Amino acid sequence: MSTVVLLLVTGLGLGALYFLVASGLSLIYGLMGVLNFAHGSFLTLAAFLGWETARALGADSWGSLLVALLVGALTGAVFAAGTEFLLIRRLYNRHIEQVLVTVGLSLATVALFDGIWGTDPIFISGPQWLAETTNLLGARIPNNRFLLMAVAVLVLVAIVLFLRFTRYGLIIRAGVENRSMVTALGIDVRRAFTVVFAIGGAAAGIGGVLASHYFGYVSPQLGGSLLIFAFIVTVIGGLGSLPGAALASVIVAVLQQFANFYLGGTGDLMVVLLLAVVLLLRPSGLFGRKA
Amino acid sequence: MKILTHPAMRWVLGGALVAFAAALPLVNIVVPGVLPGATYTPGSLQVLALSLIFSALALSYHVLFGLTGLLSFGHALYFAIGAYGLGIVLERTGLELLPAIGLTLVGALVAATLLGAVSLRVSGISFAMVTLAFAQAGSVLIRRNPEVTGGDEGLSLPSGRVPDFLVGVADTRNLYWLALGVLVLVFFAVRWFERSRAGHVAAAVRENELRVRVLGLPPMPAKLVAFVIGSVLAAVTGVLYMLLQSGVTPRSVSADFTLTILVIVVLGGVGSRWGAVIGGVVYTLLDQRLTALAGSEAIAALPPVLRIPLSEPLFLLGSLFILVVLFLPGGIVGLAGRVRLTDRIGRGRAAKVSSDRPEETA
Repeated sequence: MSTVVLLLVTGLGLGALYFLVASGLSLIYGLMGVLNFAHGSFLTLAAFLGWETARALGADSWGSLLVALLVGALTGAVFAAGTEFLLIRRLYNRHIEQVLVTVGLSLATVALFDGIWGTDPIFISGPQWLAETTNLLGARIPNNRFLLMAVAVLVLVAIVLFLRFTRYGLIIRAGVENRSMVTALGIDVRRAFTVVFAIGGAAAGIGGVLASHYFGYVSPQLGGSLLIFAFIVTVIGGLGSLPGAALASVIVAVLQQFANFYLGGTGDLMVVLLLAVVLLLRPSGLFGRKA
Repeated sequence: MKILTHPAMRWVLGGALVAFAAALPLVNIVVPGVLPGATYTPGSLQVLALSLIFSALALSYHVLFGLTGLLSFGHALYFAIGAYGLGIVLERTGLELLPAIGLTLVGALVAATLLGAVSLRVSGISFAMVTLAFAQAGSVLIRRNPEVTGGDEGLSLPSGRVPDFLVGVADTRNLYWLALGVLVLVFFAVRWFERSRAGHVAAAVRENELRVRVLGLPPMPAKLVAFVIGSVLAAVTGVLYMLLQSGVTPRSVSADFTLTILVIVVLGGVGSRWGAVIGGVVYTLLDQRLTALAGSEAIAALPPVLRIPLSEPLFLLGSLFILVVLFLPGGIVGLAGRVRLTDRIGRGRAAKVSSDRPEETA
C-alpha cells in the first residue's frame, strides 16, 4: 500500500513537471502550428539563472526559492518572447522552417550552456523542508512532490483564468479555434503569438526551477530530457488542448513510475507504447479535434 | 553556362568528381585548414570517409524529408540499427561479414516497415513526434541492455571477424573507397526511386496529398515505401560507419543525431540530391575543423565572452543553421542556383525569377 501511494504521489509530482512544459508547447502549437524545440532551452536557462539567484541569496530560505521561481518565470518569458519576436515571426506561416529555427536554437543554446556552466550536473540545495519527507498513509513522500503539484495547479488555474477572462485570452482561444476567422475580423493575432510564447516560456521557466529541485541538480541536458516526454504528453493529450495536456501529463508520469517499479524499469518504453496505442485508436489524441 | 546543365555534361562532371575523389588516397594534396594532413594520410582519409558516410546518410533522409515531405525526428534509429545490428550479429553469430550485413539490413527492413506503418497513421507534426518517441525508445533499449549493446560505453566492432583489408590504420583507404562506392550506390538508388512511379506519387504527396487522393492514387503505400527505402539506406550507412569507426556509441541514436542529419540536409539544400551530398561533406569538415579550433591555443587566450561561444562547435553550427534557414532558404545548392540564374537572365529580372528556381538536378 505504502509503495503504491509513494509511486502515485511521485508520479503526480513528475506529471506536474511535464504539465508545466507541455502546457506551453500545446498552447503554442494550438495557436501557431509551431512545434517548439527550443522549449527545453527556455527551461534549462531558467533553471540555471534560478539557481544562481538562489545561491546568491542563500539557498536554504523560502524567500530565495520564491525569488528563484520569479526569476525563472521571467527568464523563460523573456527568452521565449524574444525567440518569437526575432526568429519565428520572420517565418510567418512557414511551419517547417519555424520548426527548423527552433531546432537550431536548441542546438546552439545547449552548446552555449555547456560552455558556460560545464557539461556536468551541478547539485543544488533548497529550503530544509523540501529535502525532508512526510508520512502519508504509511509512505514517506519527499516534500518537493507537494510543492510541484501545488505550483502546477496554480499555473493551470492562472492560465485558465487568463484565457477565460481577459481580452488576450479570448483572442487566443478564438485563434486556436479558427485563426483565419480571427484575422478576418481585423484582430492582430500576431501580438497574441508573442503573449502565448511568453506564457509558455514562463510556465517552462517555473518548471525549470522546480525540476532542479525534483532531480536535485541542474545540467544543460535538463530541458532536452524533459522535452521529449512533454512532446509525447502533448500528442497523447491532443495538440492544442490544455485539459488534454494536464490529463495526459498525469497519466504518462504515473504509468512511467509504476512501470519502472513493477515491470523492471520499463517506464520509458511503456510511455512510447501508450503513445503508439493512443495513435492507433485515436490519432488526434485524447482531447484533440479531428484533423 | 548552358553547357554545364546539359544532361550528358552532368554525367561527365559527376564521373569526373567521383574519379577525382577515388584518386585522392593516391595523391599528395595538402589543404591547410580543411584537412588534418595530406590527402593520402590515414587521418585525412578517415575524415573524408566520414564526410562521405554523412553525405549518404543525408541522401537517405532526403528520401523522407526532401522528396516525400515527411519530417521525421527518428531517422537516427535506423542508422543505429545498422551500426549496432552489425556489431551484435558479428559478435553473437558465426556469420561472415557479408551475410551479417545482409541479416542486419533485413532487420532494419522489418523494423522500418512496422514502425513506419504505425507512425504514418498520423501526419505533419504528430508524425515528427511519434518518430521521435520511437527513436527515444530505441535509445532507452540500447542504454538499458549493456550486456548486449555495451550501454553508455558503446559497442566496438569485433575486428577479428572482419576481413583483414578493412582493419588497421594502413587500410583506411580501402574503407574510404568502400565509403565512396556506397555513396555512389546510395545516390543512384535514391535517383532510381525518385524516377519510379512510387517516387512520383511520393513527390505528389509532398505537394498536395488531397489531390493525390482525388486522383484515385492511395498515398499510404508510396509514403511507406519512401519511409522504408530511406530507413534501409540509413541502415546501410550505419553498417559502413561501424566498419569505419570500429565502434558506435548511444549518441548515434539520440535525438541530437537526427537533428544533425536534418541540419545537413537543410544546409545543403532541401529537395536536392547534390545538396545532401554537399551538405554532408561541408558539415563534417566544418565540425572537425571547429572542434580543432575549439582546442587551439588562439581560442584559449581570448576573453571568456569570445572564448566560450567559439569553443563550442555546436553553438557555431547551430547559429549557422539558423542563419541559413532565415536567409538562405535553398541552402548551398540554392545559392549556386541563384548565381546561375543571375548569370543567365541578367541582373534586372533575376530577383523576380529567383523565387521559382527549377527543381530538377542531376
